[in-house]
Amino acid sequence: MLEQGNIVSHICLLVGAFLILSGGLGILRFPDFFTRMHAAGITETLAATLIIVGLMIIAGWGIVQLKLFFILLFVMITSPTASHALAKSALHGGLQPKVKNVVDGDSP
Amino acid sequence: MIVTQALDVVLLLLLVMTAVAIARVKDLFATVMLSGIYGLLSASFFVLMDAVDVAFTEASVGAGIFPLLMLAVLSFVGRYEADSKRRVALPVFLLTLVSGAVLLLATTQMPAFGGEDTPAQQHVAVRYIEDSPQEIGIPNMVTSVLASYRGFDTLGEVLVIFTATIGVVVVLLGVVQPGKARSLPADEDMADHKVLRIVGKMLIPLILLFALYVQFHGDYGPGGGFQAGVIFATGIILYAMLFGLSNAQRVLPMPLLRGLTALGVMIYGSVGVAGLLAGGNFLDYSVLASDPVSGQHLGILLIELGVGVTVASSMVLIFYAFSLTTSSDGSVER
Repeated sequence: MLEQGNIVSHICLLVGAFLILSGGLGILRFPDFFTRMHAAGITETLAATLIIVGLMIIAGWGIVQLKLFFILLFVMITSPTASHALAKSALHGGLQPKVKNVVDGDSP
Repeated sequence: MIVTQALDVVLLLLLVMTAVAIARVKDLFATVMLSGIYGLLSASFFVLMDAVDVAFTEASVGAGIFPLLMLAVLSFVGRYEADSKRRVALPVFLLTLVSGAVLLLATTQMPAFGGEDTPAQQHVAVRYIEDSPQEIGIPNMVTSVLASYRGFDTLGEVLVIFTATIGVVVVLLGVVQPGKARSLPADEDMADHKVLRIVGKMLIPLILLFALYVQFHGDYGPGGGFQAGVIFATGIILYAMLFGLSNAQRVLPMPLLRGLTALGVMIYGSVGVAGLLAGGNFLDYSVLASDPVSGQHLGILLIELGVGVTVASSMVLIFYAFSLTTSSDGSVER
């Protein structure tokens, strides 16, 4: 039982770490502000969720798990809000997404 | 062991990189954000060194309210650094090099970190660790040192915050003519930020509740008046940013805040005087109740309350001062 829980938590932590790494790469490599923000958004929501869930499994039933759950809730509420505010103020400031002009009918 | 050392090295390297970036970046907005990152990194470093109380303070001040207040400053002074000819003055460079070398040389003479022959382990700390469970009787030794053994120092710290706040308010609202630029968006500007407002409404009560938890849980875990005050102020400042300064002022008007800032210091000092009147020394809480230990508990609770009140109202007051100075509407309340 304990062993299974450990494996699940390790998978969560590893996938979370991988997503953080790819998010970091994305912030560095993506072409414009909005795609970079997409990379950062994945780091903030999915990766953070996976890591906190992994930690919750390791912590076991108790006050620490409850506190981690509260942190998870907080992150789930605040991170998308931060991304939203960033994107909105970028648009408000006149930053346009970098889009290739696709001719009608030519797009896949 | 190796893992913690590697973490130490990585964190310190990141700190150095952030510091260099702060020095080089010309966009002051980026500088403020970088200094927030610097605060968070320092907090992580303090956690690694098992100084959770200090880490908590650094996280709430360095990464929390300091960037917020600096943003208020930016709305006042403008976003970009004035273009000055930057050249490395040779004497300054040499001076920095020499003093840095001396400091590095001095570190080789320091006792090993955590070693038993360090002065920190041989001085009064031993007595605090051995006797505070009987004398003060609260689990968090940091709080017993900060609030009781070193109560006089902490009174000084609170007075420093109080004095600094008076200085900021006098300089900003007493000298500078208000109404030159604008910082806070007025209500109608923020009205289309529905998501921000709703999330803010969800979070602000929780932030205030958490501040109270930190305030009254300081005896048992990391926390206390300084951290709680800053967190409480962050909640109020968030409200002011989302719903307009005038709404925030309806909750916490300027004169009330001025009174509260002084009241916190008064509470702290009065506890000390009460100790004198009860026949003890200044800030000796043992005489406050029939039982010395419960007297200590009462004293620590009261002075932490004083610290929290002063810190919270000071932070909000400084934020108000900057925002009022730079807001466009002429109805500035002096």
